[in-house]
Amino acid sequence: MAPKVVEEAAVAVIKPRALTQRIASLLSSGRLWLLLMLVSLPGFSLFATVLPEDRADVMYHRYDGGGVEVDGPSILVRKSVMDTVSLSANYYVDSISSASVDVVSTASPYTEERTESSLSLDYLHNKTLMSLALTKSDESDYLSETGSVSISHDMFGDLTTVSLGYSVGNDDISRNGDADFGDQVKRQNYRVSLSQILTKNTILGVGWETITDEGFLNNPYRSYRYLDPLAGNGFSYLPEVYPRTRTSNALAFRLKYYLPYRAALSSEYRYFNDTWGIDANNFELAYTHPFREKWIFDIRYRYYTQDGADFYSDLFSRRAPQTYLARDKELSSFQSHTLGLAMSYEIKPGFLQFVDRGTLNLAYDYIRFNYDDFRDLTRGGVVGEEPFYSFSANVIKAYVSIWY
Amino acid sequence: MLTNHRLLPVLLLLALSGCSIEPWVQPYERARLADPIMSFERDPVANGFRHHVYQTREAARGAEGGGGGGCGCN
Repeated sequence: MAPKVVEEAAVAVIKPRALTQRIASLLSSGRLWLLLMLVSLPGFSLFATVLPEDRADVMYHRYDGGGVEVDGPSILVRKSVMDTVSLSANYYVDSISSASVDVVSTASPYTEERTESSLSLDYLHNKTLMSLALTKSDESDYLSETGSVSISHDMFGDLTTVSLGYSVGNDDISRNGDADFGDQVKRQNYRVSLSQILTKNTILGVGWETITDEGFLNNPYRSYRYLDPLAGNGFSYLPEVYPRTRTSNALAFRLKYYLPYRAALSSEYRYFNDTWGIDANNFELAYTHPFREKWIFDIRYRYYTQDGADFYSDLFSRRAPQTYLARDKELSSFQSHTLGLAMSYEIKPGFLQFVDRGTLNLAYDYIRFNYDDFRDLTRGGVVGEEPFYSFSANVIKAYVSIWY
Repeated sequence: MLTNHRLLPVLLLLALSGCSIEPWVQPYERARLADPIMSFERDPVANGFRHHVYQTREAARGAEGGGGGGCGCN
């Protein structure tokens, strides 16, 4: 069995469908009209948007929580060509080792690696910024390709920036150890955002994003739990069944305020809902404090809460009592709290002539997840009355940034 | 439904592009806003990773600010 899986995976890697061709064919089907229409709008270019800064970032990231450890590098390089084009490339790796609570209950711990690479091009034309990005994410059982276009424009004397974006992605899903399984997902994102200068100390950001998914949307390794009088422990598992479509909407507000001394206060609120019956809200408050010439300290708190999907249950009354069945804790009702600390120190590496400046950065997030309807079976108890699950995660980011 | 989603921003922009408003914050009054500490996306790589962590642990997604584009991760 195993050699066959390896063989199939190898074929998938050797013969990937040409990403650019797929993106072009997806975009050509009448979707570019929006972009073209905007570019051709008369009187649309009132003030210039600028290209992103030339910079490079090298980061080491680590996530450790709930039996899951993920770490790896991320490298981003951005460089402008003349005054109108900026190119960027990002390479990102997740090395995952998982023995999470679901895995411990129903399957074996595993390790895997995900690599993500992306290229983007920003083009400044007639004082309008247009961006094109291609992203490819690759792991042994999941191949994902995404293409994005966006357009951004300043108006009303540079007080307002409006951006529109569209992404389309195709995912190929397989299941390690099961050569017969294969399915797809098609994803589309529609984004509108607005950045507004309110006063000489205050900026407001508003963002809306609608995402549609069609295809195989559950995790092929996860199972739902149901009462089974024939089972020794009183319950059994069967593979989850999700709807094959999902549409979600998110609306976010961000406010940034410059304090009377040099420091910044920011807040964020986001509302989310989807066609699976999930409602979520998150709120964040952050404070940024520069210290002397070279230091910047950040502290932030984030609260997140969601109501579970309509078809979620920790324990179904019997085998297949309804069409859709989920016991994925990410679809249950829960809250999370994040406390984040970050510090940045500015450097001037004199031995690198082409570098204007750089920063050394270290960030730490503590995240606590408390579940309302997902029970921890590793701790035992009467069936259906096991203690609720909760866990903490530690997230570390260490990175160097340079501007040139 | 999708057609409406796509049409709405276009109509909005059409309406906006015909107007002209005297800026109430002049360019020379924007020194504080130009300070890097006032940027919504000061560190794109770190922010990208932060959104990725939340997207894999929480059902909510979208409108995170920045590039977005989805990661296809389960």
